[in-house]
Amino acid sequence: MRATVAALIRKDLQLERRSFESVPAMLMFSVTAFVLFHFGLDRGALAGDLASGVLWVTLLLAAVLGMNRLFVAEREQGGFDGFLMAPVDRTALFVAKAVVLFAFLCAVELVAVPAFVVLLLEPGIGQALPELLAVLVLANLGIAIVGTLIGALGVQTRARDLIIPLMALPLLVPVVIAAAEATAPLLESGGADPFPVRWLGVLALYDAVFGLLAYAVFDFLLEE
Amino acid sequence: MATAATGGSAPAVALEGVGRAYGERVALREVSFTLPAGQTVAVFGANGAGKTTLLRVLAGLLRPHAGRAIVLGAELPREAWRARGRTGLLGHEPLLYRDLTVRENLRFHARLHGVAAARADALIEAVGLGARADDPVRTLSRGMTQRAAICRTVLHEPELLLLDEPFANLDPGGAATVAPLIGRSSGPARVLISHDAEQGLADADWVLGLRGGRQAIWARAAEVGVADVRRLYA
Repeated sequence: MRATVAALIRKDLQLERRSFESVPAMLMFSVTAFVLFHFGLDRGALAGDLASGVLWVTLLLAAVLGMNRLFVAEREQGGFDGFLMAPVDRTALFVAKAVVLFAFLCAVELVAVPAFVVLLLEPGIGQALPELLAVLVLANLGIAIVGTLIGALGVQTRARDLIIPLMALPLLVPVVIAAAEATAPLLESGGADPFPVRWLGVLALYDAVFGLLAYAVFDFLLEE
Repeated sequence: MATAATGGSAPAVALEGVGRAYGERVALREVSFTLPAGQTVAVFGANGAGKTTLLRVLAGLLRPHAGRAIVLGAELPREAWRARGRTGLLGHEPLLYRDLTVRENLRFHARLHGVAAARADALIEAVGLGARADDPVRTLSRGMTQRAAICRTVLHEPELLLLDEPFANLDPGGAATVAPLIGRSSGPARVLISHDAEQGLADADWVLGLRGGRQAIWARAAEVGVADVRRLYA
């Protein structure tokens, strides 16, 4: 399965490099949202719960743009048919797409999080960067797993741009809660407050549960 | 007209009363035939007669809703995994990513099928696409795209070719170039959808005629005349 996953990832990265359909859109959305919050909230800077909420809601909505595009080439250019006729484990498609969405989220955050700090954050990240990275990685993993599952389901429908957010956002509420709760103290004090490790545990548990669920059902989603 | 085919080896396709519907609309109804390995059936029928649905059922991409379908010894859909990688589908869509080059597309499919990249490169040269191999598919003419799609179809040396108007968009030179890959002498059994009665009959061992999803003709090609085929379109 590893070779199939590698082939699918490589293909998706080649397509993104050529078309620039997902990452630039997600990035532009994030930065634009931060700019709008900067002016819309009419504050010089944010901290704590509010900053954490703004960060995670923005990143989640940006992720939805990526989910919407994740399977479009497979649907519109026959990728599903080509894949389904190949003698490969169908779960490879789920793994590859989740890895690709995870990579897209990380790429977006490389720019979006510094933009957030510059545009909106008062105390700065300070010493809290390692903890913030841990939250980002676990939250991205959960978003990638659920986003891949819902993306595969929603792309079969005509109203995918509506269906995917409607299905994904409720399922991702636990991710937003846990990520925002874990991030808030980091953005309040720049890492001086104790880090709420239990919220990392919640994120890890969410990732494990939905990862297993997606692994179990993804094959059936590809059936007509 | 003949109603069955016999052959020494296991048939490539054996259908018994196969049906398929899309919601309320029945696209295929009680289609039954047996295609021996290595032989060709030409499928004729007007638009909407069920030809493409038949091809997608045989490819394992659509489940039959009625009857029994066996492809390369695998009963569909229960054993569809056994036929995967042994059929090659050339439909209306080329199943190629438009933003990838011809070579990238074929190497991607080669990886999925466990085929060496050299095979993809050799096919590109064989169909005369060497000079355009590193151009994105979206920049190719329809004929060139069709040639690339034919390479994709035969890349893994399938035992059953499912061909939907394979020579569409090809000029005579292009058709001659791909003939060794998908023509009658290429080796595998073929299910060949055609609207060209003369050419289809000349290129086939058997004829399947569909009208409104129903099987109107199943006979040896030698027993069917052009007029019989043309009546399907009346």
